[in-house]
Amino acid sequence: MYPSGMSGGGDSSQAMVKVQPDGSAVVTVGSCDIGQGCKTIMAQITAEVLGIDYEAVKVVNDDTDNCPLSFGTFASRVTYVDGLATKLAAEDARRILFEVAAVMLECSEDELEAIDNQIRVKGNPDKALPIGEVAGAGTFGMRKLILGLGHYMRDPAAMDPETGECDPFCTLAWAASYAEVEVDTETGEVEILRLVNSYDVGKAMNPTHLEGQIDGGATMGVGAAMSENLHPFYPSLDFQPDNLGDYAIPTTMDVPDMESVIYECPSTNGPYGAKGIGEMTANTPGPAIVNAIHDAVGIWITNLPATPEKVLRALDAKGA
Amino acid sequence: MHTLELTVNGQGHKVEVGLKTTLLEVLRDKLHITSPKVGCNTGDCGTCSVLLDGVLVRSCITNALSVQGKSVTTLEGIIEPGDIHPLQKAFHENYGSQCGFCTPGMILASKALLDANPSPTRDEVKEALSGNLCRCTGYVKIIDSVLAAADEMKS
Repeated sequence: MYPSGMSGGGDSSQAMVKVQPDGSAVVTVGSCDIGQGCKTIMAQITAEVLGIDYEAVKVVNDDTDNCPLSFGTFASRVTYVDGLATKLAAEDARRILFEVAAVMLECSEDELEAIDNQIRVKGNPDKALPIGEVAGAGTFGMRKLILGLGHYMRDPAAMDPETGECDPFCTLAWAASYAEVEVDTETGEVEILRLVNSYDVGKAMNPTHLEGQIDGGATMGVGAAMSENLHPFYPSLDFQPDNLGDYAIPTTMDVPDMESVIYECPSTNGPYGAKGIGEMTANTPGPAIVNAIHDAVGIWITNLPATPEKVLRALDAKGA
Repeated sequence: MHTLELTVNGQGHKVEVGLKTTLLEVLRDKLHITSPKVGCNTGDCGTCSVLLDGVLVRSCITNALSVQGKSVTTLEGIIEPGDIHPLQKAFHENYGSQCGFCTPGMILASKALLDANPSPTRDEVKEALSGNLCRCTGYVKIIDSVLAAADEMKS
């Protein structure tokens, strides 16, 4: 079980959605993309709210001097916190589009919806205007700047001084990993035969990205469980690895057959029910692997990584 | 300083290099070809990989003068006229890249594999890419991408 965003509240992200005169949109957020899909998700959310094509949305998040405030890309928070800020900003921009379209279509703003690259009257597809026409008329005819602003921040969570009770989390996601291992009792080597990782993502906004995130996190978990060791003689810092030859992150040969299972249990307040799972994906494989080793040969590895040496020592201790 | 003559992506170059200059330094600093990345600089991660006369090498631990007169191919060199390479397309379509830092080396290692073995099994792909580290993807979709590209290139 794992929270999205910084626990305790106060975790803040802002977004701006500017609708261009041709009906395309530019989203500006402060969270950078380190490869796990911030740009994609913000574009998807904006496209959904404005009823425009994904390809018509450009996301700018490359320059902290110019972008709105964000606490950053960490804590499984971008889809959730930036996603909510972007959704608010896109809704704000859509409100301005509706103001313009209400004049053009001679109706009230509440009657309108944005869908299929059009602003149209709900239940009356004939009374519709291309979004580019509305944005153009709003920009040049009515001299508007069609700029939506959004800021999401959960209130800091107060703690009851008597009981310690507190509601610190935006949302909680659930996860489980299943591992099958083979232990060589002669050499102490552990081979992971199969690893299944299941995550409650709330709403799978981009299933392919989620699978990639789960695969990647699981591999970090496999590394932590099997080979990665920053302080081999902790608390002594001797023999601390200082290159990627000594600090053994998993290679293609170390990754078992993996299966990523996406489960959707919507959050009450995330964008479209989404939850963040970025960080937690690295956490569940280790315990599953350790439990599988116990199930196979009856030893408990209590200090990762589960090196052959530790496995053999535990087997010796058990035999003694 | 010594004069190094080499061909990079089909184009001849003549550069002045020192005895300890690496091929990676020549490519990035002298020729401004930046797809080979400076990852670990110790030959462990594989993101500096290039093809040297068709053979996959790590340019960060390849002495520049040792490639005198040879032909180097970087990621820039496999782009086909008017279109990206089927491997690049497959990585794109199968989400074989997240942060992208390992991708140049991954694609060249995959190309070296497919040049030698156009129909690899999943295990053969794993073995061929075992010298290239990736911290984001867990390799699953990278391997999917290579297999998809192999299918595409056969048809």
